[in-house]
Amino acid sequence: MTIMDPIKESVVDPNVVNITINDKPVAARKGELIIAAADRTDDFIPRFCYHPRMSSVGMCRQCLVEVETPRGPMIVVSCMTPVVEGQIVRTTTDSVKKAQEGVLELLLANHPLDCPVCDKGGECPLQDQAFSHGPGESRFVEEKRHYEKPIAISDIVYLDRERCILCDRCTRFADEVAGDALITFTNRGNDTQVLTFPDEPFSSYFSGNTVQICPVGALTARPYRFKARPWDLEQTESTCTSCSVGCRTVVQSSRDELVRYQGVDIDPVNWGWLCDRGRYNFESVNSPDRLTTPLVKTGTELVATSWSVALETTARMIRLALAGNANSVAILGGARGTNEDAFAWAMLADKLGIDQRDSQFGDGLSPEVFNLAQATIDETCAASTIILLAPDLKEELPVLYLRVRDAAQKRKSRIIEVSAHDSGLTPHAWRTVGFEPGHQARAVREALSTPEMKEQLARGQVVVVVGRPNLAENEMFTLQALAEVFIAAPSVKVLPVLRRGNVRGAIAAGLTPQNNSGDATDILNAAAAGKIDCLILLGADPMADVPDSGLVQRAFTQIKNLISIDTMINDSNRNADVVLPAAAYGEKNGTTTNLEGRISNVAQKITPRGTSRPDWMIATELSISLGVDIGVSSLEDLSEKLVGTVAAFAPSVDAKSTHGDGVLMARETPVTISSNLSKVIDRNTYNLRLVVSRTMYDSAGSTVSSPSLAGIITDAAIFVNPLDLARIGVVDGTNVRVGAEGTNIVIMIKSHNGVHRGVAWLPFNHTGVDIRPLLNISNDVIDVRIEPIK
Amino acid sequence: MARRQGCTVSKTYVHAPGFVAGDRPKIVTSRFEFADSYTLERYLATDGYKGLRAALSRPANEVHEDVKSATVLGRGGAGFPAGVKWGLTPQQVWPRYLVVNGDESEPGTYKDRLLMERDPHQLLEGCLIACYAAGLSQCFLYIRGEMAVAQERVAVALNEAYEAGYIGKNILGSKFSVDIILHWGAGAYVVGEETALIESLEGNRGMPRLKPPFFPAANGLYGQPTIVNNVETLANLPWLLNNGVAAYTAIGTKTSPGTRMVAVSGHVKRPGVYEIINGTTTFRDLIYGQEFCGGMRNDNALKAFVPGGGSAPWFTPDQLDLPFEASQVGPAGSMLGSGAVMVMDETTDIPAAALTLTHFYAHESCGKCTPCREGGTWLERILRRVVDGDGTDADLQQLLEVGAMICPGAFPHAANEELGLKAVPFPYKMTTICFVGPSAFAPVHSALTLFRSEFEARVKKRVTIPVTAVGASA
Repeated sequence: MTIMDPIKESVVDPNVVNITINDKPVAARKGELIIAAADRTDDFIPRFCYHPRMSSVGMCRQCLVEVETPRGPMIVVSCMTPVVEGQIVRTTTDSVKKAQEGVLELLLANHPLDCPVCDKGGECPLQDQAFSHGPGESRFVEEKRHYEKPIAISDIVYLDRERCILCDRCTRFADEVAGDALITFTNRGNDTQVLTFPDEPFSSYFSGNTVQICPVGALTARPYRFKARPWDLEQTESTCTSCSVGCRTVVQSSRDELVRYQGVDIDPVNWGWLCDRGRYNFESVNSPDRLTTPLVKTGTELVATSWSVALETTARMIRLALAGNANSVAILGGARGTNEDAFAWAMLADKLGIDQRDSQFGDGLSPEVFNLAQATIDETCAASTIILLAPDLKEELPVLYLRVRDAAQKRKSRIIEVSAHDSGLTPHAWRTVGFEPGHQARAVREALSTPEMKEQLARGQVVVVVGRPNLAENEMFTLQALAEVFIAAPSVKVLPVLRRGNVRGAIAAGLTPQNNSGDATDILNAAAAGKIDCLILLGADPMADVPDSGLVQRAFTQIKNLISIDTMINDSNRNADVVLPAAAYGEKNGTTTNLEGRISNVAQKITPRGTSRPDWMIATELSISLGVDIGVSSLEDLSEKLVGTVAAFAPSVDAKSTHGDGVLMARETPVTISSNLSKVIDRNTYNLRLVVSRTMYDSAGSTVSSPSLAGIITDAAIFVNPLDLARIGVVDGTNVRVGAEGTNIVIMIKSHNGVHRGVAWLPFNHTGVDIRPLLNISNDVIDVRIEPIK
Repeated sequence: MARRQGCTVSKTYVHAPGFVAGDRPKIVTSRFEFADSYTLERYLATDGYKGLRAALSRPANEVHEDVKSATVLGRGGAGFPAGVKWGLTPQQVWPRYLVVNGDESEPGTYKDRLLMERDPHQLLEGCLIACYAAGLSQCFLYIRGEMAVAQERVAVALNEAYEAGYIGKNILGSKFSVDIILHWGAGAYVVGEETALIESLEGNRGMPRLKPPFFPAANGLYGQPTIVNNVETLANLPWLLNNGVAAYTAIGTKTSPGTRMVAVSGHVKRPGVYEIINGTTTFRDLIYGQEFCGGMRNDNALKAFVPGGGSAPWFTPDQLDLPFEASQVGPAGSMLGSGAVMVMDETTDIPAAALTLTHFYAHESCGKCTPCREGGTWLERILRRVVDGDGTDADLQQLLEVGAMICPGAFPHAANEELGLKAVPFPYKMTTICFVGPSAFAPVHSALTLFRSEFEARVKKRVTIPVTAVGASA
């Protein structure tokens, strides 16, 4: 007999509300909706408009259930009715059945029965629930509503208004979650339809989510339209590595070709949402430009060859370089692969004594930010104050933007934005602190010392989101500003937002400068000085990614042997000596680490293209060729070694833990940061100080090689405040000459209210004009002179 | 400081047919007999703004208490006591608003229109008294988009009142300040529903909000406590403050004191708006009384009448002796609603009449919830087929079944001796958010229940072809 503790037993959780659903007791949470409580039981309540991540509207009326009231059983919508103690809910009585069947028949009344040619057919909530909760047949004999069949409402999304059941999910998502209220209801009654505003497309970075949450086939996306039927799809859960947010996805393929990614709802990261770039850049995996065989330079041409020849050539080049000096070999990249890829290469580099390695390209932050007290995304969004010392999250880490925006919208957090130009979060910021690049530390010190700010910082947890907001300034300015935040709020936690997919994992696995050797910029400078004989690029394209293109060009002309491991030919490996084809995302298993240090799995869904192989396998085989066997014969081997060797990865010892929500890296005892303010040259008032940052659709390889996204990339332009535009005396939309230190480019100038005076904003890596000649990294800040073209 | 709103009155306006003077107590229509009833001069000459002065001379809570004890019932449709409604706002939450629902658009209803056209100052005075008594900081006057003359008259009156110091800062030298903002609708029936009206006022699509969480008294306009009152309700207040609670409750019954305005349309000799005594005047008085409508046109027989606006279930001569008293009309199977009586004589084509009303509600559905959006149009299309003579007897059953998807369970209807029907009391159950959906079904249901033979005469009998399986033995 068990002895019960009478005290423990009588403790009642004040947040639990006891109700019964179909005579079964359910412990619901205070304020929870009936439908949400029912979702944790076996009793499924049909629904169309209800979505757990958005506010309820009670529009479709499909979730009608019966609730006992003093006046007898009442039919209520379960998506709008909160639970109350002792509530008796019935979901299967005759009257509920009749009500639900009635609503379903009404929804189907005007819905075309074109399921056989509809992309949604087979995974359609309307189809499924018509079977499970519908009346079986329709008594509607009138003519159905007719609209023009799919109309393109953006570059990616098509809308078929005949299929639409007006559930308000897409419009609500656009308004509430994404903040791009570009689609809305028009007309009324039976003529109600979802439409964009005239001449304004639904150009949201998050438009793909509306396609995913559409409960019918009304919204379809160009990359998937008519590509596959749901019952032909095979799928596996994985993690997106397009940026470092690490959204959970399901990767779907048909006939061994990727056809679609869908967001998976996990609490700690993406809540089911994806950005359009992450969702649709699978097209680049299917690109016809993918490398299928190793290439070795013969004469001036890259010629296809066998793996054994290519590996032998590579080994010979490395051996040759190492024979002179271990410092004459360097490795760049690795942030695009898995933790295992990075670790295999780090092991190989260790064995060969190569210290010069970096997975960032001078556009990130010193890894020391990982040693500060760390915050997770959840902790950030629960903090009372969020300080943004980061690039525009909407552009670079889109789903993190959704999370932070949500925290501000629901008034959980107040945002203090420190930025040189307006970002996607500016409208949601409680206070915005402007500055000129170079002066951010002073700006932060002054801003955070006001009584109002002090009161706010004392209110509760402070989290600072820190990244690299400007490629045209020295990273030390951001670190100095960060140090100022630590002075104002010593218990602050840090969410580092370095943007490349697995940069945190790569650094932890060892692809970061060792034994005080230099970082990527130092490596390139050494190369330009003729000190690097052999450079290995691991999925890296410095020609496109390093801000200072002049430096890269000087370095590449000096390097004797350039070895590239990549999925495609790009500007950097076009003249390489060896190009080894790498397996792409979706073609290999492993784990990845997101910006908060969450380790989760990436899964193989399709066969690697041609003879391409995962990076780790290439490292293993090279190690054998070089006679320094790293002792790896399978991915399991490698994972075991990684978990056993690198303390940060120890929590992922159980491979299952990296599924679903994933597992957080082990954290070291946090250190703190301090710095002295450095002197910054003041701007000549005739010049403008340059801010260079990335936007979501730039000429990144995976975007350019995804046909659906490639067309969205805009031409380069420089943005200045309208008052500065007037001062310079140029007309909005015309070409101007932008000069810095003897170099100049000709580019279109645009007026932008969100750019502060004295600053010029130049988005990086857009089509049309190459802006990189302006970006001399050796300068702490860059001032430009804008002149009209006579 | 006076602020000018709106535009000037067009000179060519001719009064809508309407009010007939008589020897009855008049609370809200006392000035209707004057041709210049809408001017400030006339208003001041006939006790204008005296109620406001009386109110301002007393503490606000006393005025509120007066309105409560006078049981001034809401005249918009639901009949909720205004004084009680004012007390539902949470204390110490600022700002809080008064929203005047002048979006009168229920079919058959045009009483508020006359109040705004012929006595706009009375409404403004009522608004001021309400703001004072309920402690509301700002008033929004929402006038239906189609009521051009009402808009002009209220706008002019508002400007006059601002200039004369009745509205604005420190009204009549007191510490009481309030602004009245005019807002004109864009033409949607559903905006007469209070939460849809608030949405529209905020600049959004006029779609009802869900209650909960959006009970306007707690969470209304811009998320603030908001009182939504009907025009006629507020128009009662100046008289109440002038004459006192006792004088007010002396008229009518205990549960329905005072008078109410009823708009009569249809087949009577003198259609128009009448101020009747609440709770005692019967439908027979109204239709046949010489001081009111004066009987049916051409002395035809009465066939049916709608007692409370287009969305109310119909009555037949059996219910003529019911008084205008919610507690009696409800159990009898209908509602008093917005104070509109539509009278149909023996020549009326009942299916066509039902179609007219159903068409209105289907057309005015906002499209938010499924049963109303899809069901309303479906009802209309079946009914049109029946009226056109293309329907079958199965269509009649289908009408009721589509209606049951909007309003499950027994739908209220009146008793009928001839048909042996017992009354099903008001209200109905509904699967929709607001009353537009059920309103589309109400005329169909009443017509089909009370006059089924007229429908049957219109439809074809469905021919059933006997089917015998091939090879089956006889």
